[in-house]
Amino acid sequence: MSVGYQVTSDHQLARLLQIGIVLEEVVEARAYHHYDELDEEELDEEIRDLLSHAAEESADHRSRLEAVIDRLDVDSVPFEEIEALVEAQYGQTKPEDFDGVLYDQLCNEETAYKFYDDVIEAIEASDAQFTIDREELVTTLAAIRDEEEAGVEKVTQIMEERE
Amino acid sequence: MNTADQYVKAIYLLQEMENGPAATGALADMMDVSPASANEMIGKLESRGLAEHEKYKGVTLTDDGIIRARDALQTYCIIERFLANVLDVEEFRAEARELEPVIDGMIADRLDTIIDRNSECPDCFDPETDACEYLDVCGVEAETETEAAD
Repeated sequence: MSVGYQVTSDHQLARLLQIGIVLEEVVEARAYHHYDELDEEELDEEIRDLLSHAAEESADHRSRLEAVIDRLDVDSVPFEEIEALVEAQYGQTKPEDFDGVLYDQLCNEETAYKFYDDVIEAIEASDAQFTIDREELVTTLAAIRDEEEAGVEKVTQIMEERE
Repeated sequence: MNTADQYVKAIYLLQEMENGPAATGALADMMDVSPASANEMIGKLESRGLAEHEKYKGVTLTDDGIIRARDALQTYCIIERFLANVLDVEEFRAEARELEPVIDGMIADRLDTIIDRNSECPDCFDPETDACEYLDVCGVEAETETEAAD
């Protein structure tokens, strides 16, 4: 991230959180897609659990981000349409192999972790007043970031065990 | 994308527009910084082997600098296209510039999976209109929309 980048308004903050929601949509869609497309042999119980947990966690993160946006002074974005677009995009993707699933999950978790970490840094660098309490905002985003970090560790552990 | 990447991208676009070295003043204008700040960053880019500066002529990217600039431009194109086509943001250029520092290549790669980008990217980026020439905004191509606004 650029040194000194700051989030300076409700509008800018909402836009970043909307991007977070789309990233979560992508994680959820990819997890379900892997779950549906891979056969029983490739998808053992541990991977199945990992994917369902990832999808559930992303849905939960989305609703937490949406709750924050609802409290900001901004126009809403039609997320149903975006959800449909993401699903349509992944519906066309060919099934990937087993290593691809784990690697893909690792990329998902790492990307999300990096994104929330950058957003928190940009909020903390700013002295702007948001409609939502800053401390509450940072606490919410830090909790989501920490869950993504735990996700990175979990996938890494599974990958190492299977080497 | 970090500050150095934003600078190499700006130098690349100025070189394309001028068909030669980028003038320091033009670079400072494009980055909305003072000429002294632009000079300081040019020095850093030189020390990293990304650019070469010649007095009275301007700054030119090295081969490594061009690779970095094209990657940064591609990230920028993804942000613009994502804002315009997925989030339906009317002021997508201004917002892309605002968001550019906080969206790095890894995040842009994820956003790229849900947009339809031209295979020529980033060569189809038009520095004059600050948008991809194929970017379709509400059924009107970006270039046409800008011309109409002028």
